[in-house]
Amino acid sequence: MSDVYVLGIDMLKFGRFPDQDVPELGAKAALLALDDAGLRVQDMEALYCGNLLQAGAMVGQRILQEIGQTGIPVTNCANACATGATAFREGWTAIKAGIYDLVLVVGVEQMGKAGLLGGGGGGRGIPKEGLLGSQLMPAVFAEAGMEHTRKYGTSFEHFAMVSVKNHHHSTRNPKSMYQMETPLEQVMNAEMIAYPNTKLMCSVNVDGAAAAVLASERKARQLGMGRAVRVAASVLTSDPYTERDLVMPDVNTCTRQAAKKAYEMAGVGPEDLDLVELHDCFATAEILHYENLGLCGDGEAAKLIDERQTWHGGRIPVNVSGGLLSKGHPLGATGVANVYEVCTHLRREAGARQVADAKLGLTHVIGLGSACGIHLLERVS
Amino acid sequence: MPEGAAAPGPLPIVSFLKIPPQGDPYLEGLQCGKCKAVFLGERSTCASCGARDALAPKRLANTGNLYVYTIVHRSFPGVTVPYISAIVDLDGGGTVKGNLVGIEPDPRKIQMGMPVEVVYKIAPTKDREGNEYLSYTFQPRT
Repeated sequence: MSDVYVLGIDMLKFGRFPDQDVPELGAKAALLALDDAGLRVQDMEALYCGNLLQAGAMVGQRILQEIGQTGIPVTNCANACATGATAFREGWTAIKAGIYDLVLVVGVEQMGKAGLLGGGGGGRGIPKEGLLGSQLMPAVFAEAGMEHTRKYGTSFEHFAMVSVKNHHHSTRNPKSMYQMETPLEQVMNAEMIAYPNTKLMCSVNVDGAAAAVLASERKARQLGMGRAVRVAASVLTSDPYTERDLVMPDVNTCTRQAAKKAYEMAGVGPEDLDLVELHDCFATAEILHYENLGLCGDGEAAKLIDERQTWHGGRIPVNVSGGLLSKGHPLGATGVANVYEVCTHLRREAGARQVADAKLGLTHVIGLGSACGIHLLERVS
Repeated sequence: MPEGAAAPGPLPIVSFLKIPPQGDPYLEGLQCGKCKAVFLGERSTCASCGARDALAPKRLANTGNLYVYTIVHRSFPGVTVPYISAIVDLDGGGTVKGNLVGIEPDPRKIQMGMPVEVVYKIAPTKDREGNEYLSYTFQPRT
């Protein structure tokens, strides 16, 4: 089977664009990725489009209506917050299978004023939100974090430090929604949403789009490998049954299983990684994923953040883009945007936030419900 | 029941809360006869082992221990905050989510692992037909 390469990739600066629509944002990102690859839409043999909130609205086709209706097959993907990674992986799968040599992947989302992520209440009877606990995302991820507190004594302050770090990182990322320092006291004293997550420990609702051009090895060699990045592993898992998952979605087991498969596929281990972009939808989640991805042993995540090992310049920098907490989290775009971030470092084009000598990076997303997508990306030397 | 007429007694807020004609209300799960996994709500196949038609009703205990919690400070308009959203492991199997009451919503006061009991009470809201609903909460148990 052919190796798969990223030939072109780019993203829009995340923000709020009420005057633009979803296909427009997706089209802009698609053109940027095509330009980055030095290719045209006529060169693309298929489009894989990730969008969640308009999943029934043929977003991929509407993007082609903006940039060139070439008649290629379009697959529209929705997989909660793993939507973008799922679209990327569908493109990877098709090239692996030998069906195409060049495909376009787009992840795009317009969040508007979505407010608290996720639903509650509804259905027959009376609303249950606030009567039978909370189904809202901040509470779900707070409870997931408290499980870590229960096991290992992880404190509010440890979780808050994740937000301090990611906001700090974003000050060097011009494509991040926010570029502002948030000292520990500011994070901890921000409005409490669901203990221990304050407002600054919740991801930012933004609009955004990111796109990539994927190529087979044959095509990549033909076009030139200069800035190409090899996809060393692509893995998608769903949540296997665990004891409490009916009332407490389990984002840990599906991540652990995906990470194990990804490392096996690439023939590497977590110690080989130079940077990680993981799914910090809430500050509590990042702590869990340090261990789930094997960046440290079980029970060592608090120590990892305490010792600043996941800061830029540390042993294993995590979310140097600013992460979902500061760069923003446009659901369907997130899983392509984090591939953009890692590729940019592997290409040595990350400017002020460049991770020195980056050769191998990992991207991770979680779609609650649940899906886990992991990609390992490798510099072509 | 005719349209617009309220039921004679309270309705269960969730399908796994059972209100027998005589006796006390209780929570009911489904337990798989093959792998012993316990589920809430209706289903015909076990999500743990895939066994079909191996699920049997199991009356869940009214006592258990707090597994984890969060204190919710921001919710939908009309929802009273702060409140404690709690995940409780019931004695003998079954994990249930609900509000923990009878204790201050303060992380210094709440101990994960603390014993709690299930207490049944009428929900403060009615549906459009005027029906009352029987709900449940968790309370600290001494």
